[in-house]
Amino acid sequence: MHSTFKKRSSKAKNLTELRPGEAGVLEKLDLPDDDAQRLMEMGFIPGHSITRGLSAPGGDPRVFRVDGSEVALRRETARRLILR
Amino acid sequence: MGDCHGCANSIATLPPPGAGTAARRHIVAIVGPPNSGKSTLFNRLTGLRQKVANFPGVTVEHRMGRVKLEPGREVFVVDLPGVYSLTPRTEDERVTHDVLSGNMKGIPRPDAVLLILDSTNLSRHLVLAAPVLSLGLPTLVILNMADDLKSRGGELNAAELAMQLGSPVALVSASKGLGVEKVIQFLSGATLGAAPKAPLIQLPVIQDIPKCRAWATSVGNKTGYHAPAPPLWTRRLDAVFLHPIAGPAVFLVVVVAVFWTILFGADPLMNAVDAARIASGNWIGSHLANEAVRSLVVDGVWSGVGSVIKFLPQILLLFLFIGVLEDSGYLARAALIADRTMSRFGLQGKSFIPLLSAYACAVPAIMSTRTIESKRDRIATILIAPLMTCSARLPVYVLIIETFIRREPVFGFARVLALLALYALGFVAAILTARLLKSTVLRSSRSSFMLEMPPYRWPTLRSLGLRLVDRSKVFLRRAGTVILAVAVVLWVLAHLPLAGGKPPVIEQSIAGKIGHAFEPAIAPLGFNWKIGIGLITSLAARETMVSSLATIYGIQGSEGLEHSPGLQDALRHDLTLGGAVALLVFFAFAMQCMSTTAVVRRETGGWFWPAAQFAYMTGLAYVCAFAANRIVMIWA
Repeated sequence: MHSTFKKRSSKAKNLTELRPGEAGVLEKLDLPDDDAQRLMEMGFIPGHSITRGLSAPGGDPRVFRVDGSEVALRRETARRLILR
Repeated sequence: MGDCHGCANSIATLPPPGAGTAARRHIVAIVGPPNSGKSTLFNRLTGLRQKVANFPGVTVEHRMGRVKLEPGREVFVVDLPGVYSLTPRTEDERVTHDVLSGNMKGIPRPDAVLLILDSTNLSRHLVLAAPVLSLGLPTLVILNMADDLKSRGGELNAAELAMQLGSPVALVSASKGLGVEKVIQFLSGATLGAAPKAPLIQLPVIQDIPKCRAWATSVGNKTGYHAPAPPLWTRRLDAVFLHPIAGPAVFLVVVVAVFWTILFGADPLMNAVDAARIASGNWIGSHLANEAVRSLVVDGVWSGVGSVIKFLPQILLLFLFIGVLEDSGYLARAALIADRTMSRFGLQGKSFIPLLSAYACAVPAIMSTRTIESKRDRIATILIAPLMTCSARLPVYVLIIETFIRREPVFGFARVLALLALYALGFVAAILTARLLKSTVLRSSRSSFMLEMPPYRWPTLRSLGLRLVDRSKVFLRRAGTVILAVAVVLWVLAHLPLAGGKPPVIEQSIAGKIGHAFEPAIAPLGFNWKIGIGLITSLAARETMVSSLATIYGIQGSEGLEHSPGLQDALRHDLTLGGAVALLVFFAFAMQCMSTTAVVRRETGGWFWPAAQFAYMTGLAYVCAFAANRIVMIWA
């Protein structure tokens, strides 16, 4: 418990830290403009809830449920999506 | 078919914008996000009356088709690329934007728009409605997959939505054909000449996605939209297909099944086509009295074109496979599973299926790269696809291997091993080339990979059938043009000039002289002028090598030339072991396929990439064949 708290306060949580089935609310997209726009079009809009789904074998890429659809992202991308 | 032929011609000559209104053809654009069922609706409306084309100057292709309204009236429907917005960032978006605003050369501004949205995911898809409606064109908002919405417990008041959007709304199931009559009705009314009007409703600022999304939510709320429950079957199937152990196992089964189909499953059909070709060739031959004409028709045209048509069953089976995988939604899962491995070579999951298909033929493989949105990844995949061992190389490999590895039991194994080594050689060259490209000229950000997982659906026979018809047309056109021309030209060059009214011996023929002129360039690889002629003809299509060699060595055209003892004896006499290995290496790497070059030009929108690919592959082939010849010479 304590360590989780510490981690959260020291560094913002990102999408890769969601456990399967866990949901979080998107705060911002820390990505180049083009990629961020495309992700927003696919539903990754700040303020929206994102749920971690299944993943490819080995855990990368991972599927996220967002705004009625499922989108797979690589680790590099998911890490840049910061949760509230 | 006859009907379709006519449409292809009439579509190719679209009237210029502003042509006389009386005779003017009406154009309606279909716009929608990816996975909204755009193509299904397009197929439903046009059936076989459709054609694939490229806009001038861009690589994005579109499909055009005719929709019959009441007798004597028809409209042209253009299926635009799937987009989430009209902000012209990607090429797809730019094309859609330009066509809708009337700025695309070669196509007048559409008279009306069919905006197709997935009703099971309406709030997100409505985001696209804002920019499309603000164009002011008469628009029908089609809410597709209405059957899914209902069965999964979703709700929507279409009349209220029409009020909110200021445009007619139709609930439709394109895959089942439900509600399509409403679309026809709209097309009929919209093209009677109603003047475009400015939108009556307040639309959000279209560049701001969060604002558009908030607007979509509020519209959804006002119209009593209840999103349906998550697709239960998709979740259940994904629990298997994306299971840490079962997932890769299913994936492997699919890959092996595709491979087996390409290499063995199509064999009986291919042999049947071959047998039909030989039988019909003999029959035609028996009805041609003139020996020269008979030789041209049977040995030149029939065996040249037939050697290519032989591959049709294989390619159709492959496309059937890919069609089922794509339409069912499994392809996205396969891409997900393959992504990690592919990313090691700088590629991505979506490159996997095209590369697998390339083991049958690079032409359909390159056409299937259209599913890759990242342009750089797509070009990299297109560039390496022809290095995969396509089935046209197989007859050449078999001929050389059987000629130079003896049949004794131990060597029988060696033959298989040699063949596998050649498959591996092509594969290794492909992935090394991919790495090279992706770390230099085609470098792209790793974070640009995003893949939407559509819900699983039953593929429809209709859409699978249309795919196969489309691919057959492309393939047969190739056999009827390029291959036919090469076969005729080679035959003529090998039979002229006439000496005393008779065709010359091959050495004195024009082909022989060309081969001799070419010899100094290929002598370092261990090839003589006869092999040289074969190489020149095989630049058009690899498999012509075998029939060309048969023509050159004067071996009678009969069944299974690659197993012909006469041809093998002749080659053993003319090729050293080093030359034979060099020839295999040359065929593994060289770009000897006009159809591939043509399709690369079409898919990349210019001559730069096909030229670079030809130079790279053929250069690589020359250097490696030279090295192989030297190494074998020193070692043996």
